[in-house]
Amino acid sequence: MASSTVSRVRRQLPSSPWLFAAPGLLITGAFILYPFVSTLVNAFTDRRTLIPGEFVGLANFSELLHDDMFWIGLRNSTLYVLVVVPALVVLPLLLALLVQKNIPGITFFRSAFYTPVVASIVVVGLIWVWLLDERGLVNSVLEAIGVGRVGFLSDQWLLLLSAMAVTVWKGLGYYMIIYLAALANVPRELHEAAAVDGAGAVRRFLSVTVPAVRSTMVLVGALSSVAAFKVFSEVYLMAGPSGGPAGEDTTLVMLVQRTGTGLTGRVGYASAISVVVFVVTVALMLLVLRADRKDAS
Amino acid sequence: MSVIDKAPPAPARPAAPREPRITDEHGRRVRVWELALRYLLLLGVLALTVGPFLWQLSTSLKGPTEDIFSSPPRFLPADPTLHNYERVADTIPVWDYALNSLKVAAANVVTNCVGAALAGYALARLRYRGRTAATLVFILAMLVPVEGIIIAQFTTMRELGLNNTLIGVVLPGCVSALNVLLMRNAFLNLPYEIEEAAFVDGANVWQRFLRVAVPSVKGTLAVVAIFAFMGAWDDFLWPLIVLSDPSKFTLTIGLNYLHGTFANDERLVAAGTIIAVAPLIALFACLQRYFFRGVGEGAVKG
Repeated sequence: MASSTVSRVRRQLPSSPWLFAAPGLLITGAFILYPFVSTLVNAFTDRRTLIPGEFVGLANFSELLHDDMFWIGLRNSTLYVLVVVPALVVLPLLLALLVQKNIPGITFFRSAFYTPVVASIVVVGLIWVWLLDERGLVNSVLEAIGVGRVGFLSDQWLLLLSAMAVTVWKGLGYYMIIYLAALANVPRELHEAAAVDGAGAVRRFLSVTVPAVRSTMVLVGALSSVAAFKVFSEVYLMAGPSGGPAGEDTTLVMLVQRTGTGLTGRVGYASAISVVVFVVTVALMLLVLRADRKDAS
Repeated sequence: MSVIDKAPPAPARPAAPREPRITDEHGRRVRVWELALRYLLLLGVLALTVGPFLWQLSTSLKGPTEDIFSSPPRFLPADPTLHNYERVADTIPVWDYALNSLKVAAANVVTNCVGAALAGYALARLRYRGRTAATLVFILAMLVPVEGIIIAQFTTMRELGLNNTLIGVVLPGCVSALNVLLMRNAFLNLPYEIEEAAFVDGANVWQRFLRVAVPSVKGTLAVVAIFAFMGAWDDFLWPLIVLSDPSKFTLTIGLNYLHGTFANDERLVAAGTIIAVAPLIALFACLQRYFFRGVGEGAVKG
């Protein structure tokens, strides 16, 4: 009886299911999937903003190999993953442990730690540009304690490092919430058993907490590595549109934006860079997932 | 430092050290020194996460004669003034930009809620040939890295003649695949029974959708709405590419312009950033629950 009603509920007017799905499919098709395919196609053409362009085979890709700016971008985006991802896997976990216990006022702290996530990356970037300015707060403090002023935003490497710090700062609260949900599922008995066995806090963290939230750490690793490789706004705002001194702080997505836009934008060449971004992104996902499987066995 | 003053009124400062009344979630007593250490660390992180916003606020309230570069730094403005906010409005049409941001964000909320609810319902409840394929389309779309297709999205907009318009800003994300899949999961978790009753009463598919299914997934819909608003309000890369006419700028692009042109006027830029961030912090303060819930649901889907 129930199952026959279910099947009747499921039987619909012939056109309505597609009517329901149409807006979503249309938008997704026109503005995500079609641009995706057209990026793949354009990568093999010399298309420009105002010129349709022709098929040029692998010319864009062989040009990439000799383009110093491309290698700078690839280097910076890769460095970004290598520095930001470990920080975003570990620090939010520690932060989640800090705010896990329900002590008075803890909801206030949890919300406060989430504030940077809510703010626009432009706001965050400009706040830190001012903080790290030659005459900004951080340098005032450094000078007051006798360290002297540091050119965070003028040195090529310090700039990149500062942008990475800002990315971590903005992401902390987001991943903290993800870890909090995972920590709530760690059986308390495990901690107690370890405590009875005489394990200290550090030991318990490494042998109980970390294994229990391992799959969440993999998830955070996957999410943050894909995001880190595609970094744009932080570096664009802190280093400027041209990517810092001699463009040495350019990231791959900044290069896509710079190459492909404007009236003379080289759409084909920018698409070839985008294809590299796709390939590395997919490779990163597979790498993280594979590491996960190896750990699990 | 001013950050510390903002902490909740002396939360359980161990007034009676002999008898700590603070217990953890399992009713166990927490040792006093451990508690003190915890609050110390919490305040330290608080200074790091909220401090920069307060410093920006403080800078924006400092008058033209006050030294903002002093070392050691002065955290509170000696003579707070709203002068810098007036100057922002004189320098760039900041209220127009705020209105543009609001239009874009509001449109994004409406289209995402309506579009994702409709498509999610179709994927979860309606049976038709090609349903699996339709689901796959959304999953694939979710996996496409948006940063990689912006140039092609821009050429698509140009072909449609929608570059340099607010509609062009909204369109690509107006029914996001992630939201469709979120709504699909929400509808899948509804028991069939609640729709059976409506069906027996003779309600057709639209009536069941509007009167029974949608009211049952209000929570997820709220999450979709909030993240659609925040996403559109905060977005930078796409509006930067699609908008070229300064009169059409959204707040984030306007701020970028302000920073690029008046970088040496820190008070002015500070006031601009506070204008851009204040509405979202207010929204977050009111609707925290949904912000946190959205993190969980969004992360599961990827």
